[in-house]
Amino acid sequence: MNNPQVKMIEVVIDGQKISVAEGTTILKAAEQLNIHIPTLCYHEDLCLSGSCRICVVEIEGSKTLQAACAYAITMPMTIYTQSARIRRARRHALDLILSEHVGDCYTCKRSESCELRALAAEYGVDAFRFGHRDQLRYTVDGSSHSIRRDMNKCILCSRCVRACTIMQDIGALGTSNRSHETKITTFADKPLADGNCINCGQCTNRCPTGALTEKDDADAVWRALEDPTKHVVIQTAPAPRAGIGECFGLEPGHSLTLEMNTALRRCGFDKIFDTNFAADLTIIEEGTELILRLYNALVKKDNKAMLPQFTSCSPGWVKYIEHFYPEFLPHMSSAKSPQQMFGAMIKTYYAKVHNIDPKNIVCVALMPCTAKKYECNRPEMCASGFKDVDYGITTRELAQMFSEMGIDLPKMPKSDFDDPFGTETGSGVIFGATGGVMESALRTVIELVTGEKIEKIFKEGNIIPVRGFEGIRYAELKIDKVGPVPALLKHLVPNWDWLKGVTLKVAVGHGTANAKKVLEDIKAGCKFSECHFIEFMACPGGCLGGGGQPIPTSPAIRAKRAQAIYADDMGAKVRKSYENPAVLRVYKEFLTDGPCGHKSHKLLHTTYVARGKNLVK
Amino acid sequence: MIQSNYKNRFTFDDIKSDTGLKVALEKGAQAVISEITDSKLRGCGGAGFSTGMKLKFTAEAFGNPKYVVCNADEGEPGTFKDRELFTNYADFVLAGMTIAGTAINAAEGILYLRGEYEYLVEHLEKVLETRRKNNLLGKDIMGRKGVGFEIKIRLGAGAYVCGEETALLESLEGYRGEPRNRPPFPVTAGYSGKPTCLSNVETFARIAAIMAKGAAWFKAVGTEKSAGYKLFSISGDCEKPGVYELPMGTTIAAMLKVVGAKNTQAVQCGGASGRCLHKNEFNRKIAFEDAPPGGAIIVFGEDRDMLEVAENFLEFFVEESCGQCTPCREGNVKLLAGIKLLRNKKCSPAYLEELVALCETMKIASKCGLGQASPNAFLDIIKNFSSEIFMGSN
Repeated sequence: MNNPQVKMIEVVIDGQKISVAEGTTILKAAEQLNIHIPTLCYHEDLCLSGSCRICVVEIEGSKTLQAACAYAITMPMTIYTQSARIRRARRHALDLILSEHVGDCYTCKRSESCELRALAAEYGVDAFRFGHRDQLRYTVDGSSHSIRRDMNKCILCSRCVRACTIMQDIGALGTSNRSHETKITTFADKPLADGNCINCGQCTNRCPTGALTEKDDADAVWRALEDPTKHVVIQTAPAPRAGIGECFGLEPGHSLTLEMNTALRRCGFDKIFDTNFAADLTIIEEGTELILRLYNALVKKDNKAMLPQFTSCSPGWVKYIEHFYPEFLPHMSSAKSPQQMFGAMIKTYYAKVHNIDPKNIVCVALMPCTAKKYECNRPEMCASGFKDVDYGITTRELAQMFSEMGIDLPKMPKSDFDDPFGTETGSGVIFGATGGVMESALRTVIELVTGEKIEKIFKEGNIIPVRGFEGIRYAELKIDKVGPVPALLKHLVPNWDWLKGVTLKVAVGHGTANAKKVLEDIKAGCKFSECHFIEFMACPGGCLGGGGQPIPTSPAIRAKRAQAIYADDMGAKVRKSYENPAVLRVYKEFLTDGPCGHKSHKLLHTTYVARGKNLVK
Repeated sequence: MIQSNYKNRFTFDDIKSDTGLKVALEKGAQAVISEITDSKLRGCGGAGFSTGMKLKFTAEAFGNPKYVVCNADEGEPGTFKDRELFTNYADFVLAGMTIAGTAINAAEGILYLRGEYEYLVEHLEKVLETRRKNNLLGKDIMGRKGVGFEIKIRLGAGAYVCGEETALLESLEGYRGEPRNRPPFPVTAGYSGKPTCLSNVETFARIAAIMAKGAAWFKAVGTEKSAGYKLFSISGDCEKPGVYELPMGTTIAAMLKVVGAKNTQAVQCGGASGRCLHKNEFNRKIAFEDAPPGGAIIVFGEDRDMLEVAENFLEFFVEESCGQCTPCREGNVKLLAGIKLLRNKKCSPAYLEELVALCETMKIASKCGLGQASPNAFLDIIKNFSSEIFMGSN
């Protein structure tokens, strides 16, 4: 634009004057005046649609009503948000949607959080004025390990399509047919699992009804808990604890880590471990791999060193690159995600130490993520000889399990994790936020290489340049001095001299649409191709914005979850992965050939599949 | 060779197709915009926005490149006037697009042709090629240095909604044909987000004629608010269906006389989404301020079952709604079911009242003109023919 100055426009809404920047929507302007306009197809994270027509308002002088969510103010105007014909139109829109929505609220997981049901209550809907469909139109698509599609409940708001196609830039969901036959579908109407869905579940977070939900594994977990022959352990990831309170009426931003431990014990879990242990293990393995790639590139001048190295913790991101950028797979760290590393360790090391037959161990992972359900079912993930992780359950499913147990989580007494994997570390907990893996890696790599405390470079060890919610972030760090090589890595590199004077270039991207931008930049040989290490997370905000997190989600909610996560980090005794005593013990007692050694390769590393964009079948 | 079945005489027959272009190039962009504004020409697709204003807004809009788009998605049931223009007067349309291009400083024009008119492509490509050869398209048009304009043809895929201008733009860009939110309007953000002068086929032909004969000639006929001549596709129960050029403001009765219609009980004016006029309204004028002058006029003789007519129209809208907004997607289905109940004499007066109220919502709350206009025929027929409808019911 040639004129950077923002033009202010005065409008009158329901008799109140307000001056707003040109282009502000009526909905946003009304919000500033605390005027409530009901919405349905609108979602703060998504591009505008203006299709449900629930938010219609009247502009003086206009014959027709306008959608407040999508109408950009470009000239002074007088707006009414309430009138007889507005109320009638909103009610009609609702009646029409309800006439096609096949949802039995008793059996719907979204019953309590259904936006359609809430609107019907708000508008006093007491009858189906234009009839009500009770015959199912579509068969339920349960093909995916992660996401269940029941299109009978779909109200065609297109939030899922906008989340998938525009926000995430995937396009696994789209719209087909027209008019009354319009439906949200997959490519060629195939089962979701056959296409290029990355299982991120962002659609489930934005669906206003129960049409898209996580595939529920709670029943299977209950069965395991009820089976006396099974030893059921659960690992809990950092992001769920920062979000689960929202399912119990708390404002976003309250961690309930220790309350959750007590509640899990009441549910009957035999051991409760902290995924942070495996996050720290991931840093050691992935960090070591990075050091090896750097050594190959800088010392051995190997042009196949495949830098930048990409993180591999986010299974949505992994499937994204497998589908859309398989040519970049050699850049992926071969390290498994913390969930899978933990599973492999439990069914080998833990089983051995505690003398439990791994076939009797049921390994459950509490994750903020729907893609983790898919990940634990990948055929590569059986390093222990068994499924490393048996079930991945989301924050929402666990909240439901607690509810069945009559547990009011915020009122639970606190209790600790179980040993030997119970040390709460800050470096692990920040994995839950975008930039967290990078920050943890830098804390460890810098201290191991320079021999100096990270706090000398960054105040309180907080690496601010990689934090925040900007879609793509870039940071540089010059290595001025080097220290001695620590014992853990002595077998891999003779000294650090070759890193002296090197400027470490790193980047962070969250949301696959941003990942695409970075990958295209690398393809074009631009700025990011010079990076050494890049963190990618499939979901906006990182794991705290995962597809299994509480509904609703918004930028403000995700920011509050991030605050909780960084507060946990500040309060942790150990904030660097290589200082986690459990990790050090594992390398001493079990993975004796060290990071990226034989044993760790077998248990803690994996391979990828170049899937391309074709259908599976 | 493509021919039209019914050939009536039009004002275009007395004008050379490229005189207007020559005048426009001599006088310059500003003069074109003021001449067209002065002529009071209004968009011939049905909405009737001032063509002069549209040119002015696009010319003044910030952003480059700019585009001229010709809406040839002639899909309104009962309209076939644009087909006639392409068959016999394609040069006028293409000259009009070129004039618009020079007026708004656009170098590219796109002709969005409905999928069903694929058979016209070969003919139109030939006309375009001849124009290029004759230096009426391409670089340095009519020998004027730096004056360039190209036109390409894009085919639609058969969706009625793509006649709605923003849905047409979506379709042109390769997306689902679904109407956009407005503002922004195409004049500021149209094709590929760039300023776009998007008008009906006939509007462009009129631009070429007006530039040749002058604004005064055009506005000498018609009414105060609806100037000049207009093409009408007239079909139905009449002796001489076809495309007619009539002055704006012609009464329904006069029109019926011209086409030789007798014992007419109703006239659908402005296509399926227009108005259904009862015989006691035949003194009304066909003009923007009265009976809608969109391309199509359908004549219904006294033997027609008007409920069947309404059912037929609603079946069309149920088929053609894009499915994006609730009132149109679901509303038309309810109206169609209602008509069926009425035909079977099973619709209670209370439910009919409910449906009439729903029509009002559809008219004001639908996202685009399709849903806003689709209940018109239902409402008109219920209103005008209620005595016949309820005869013998209950």
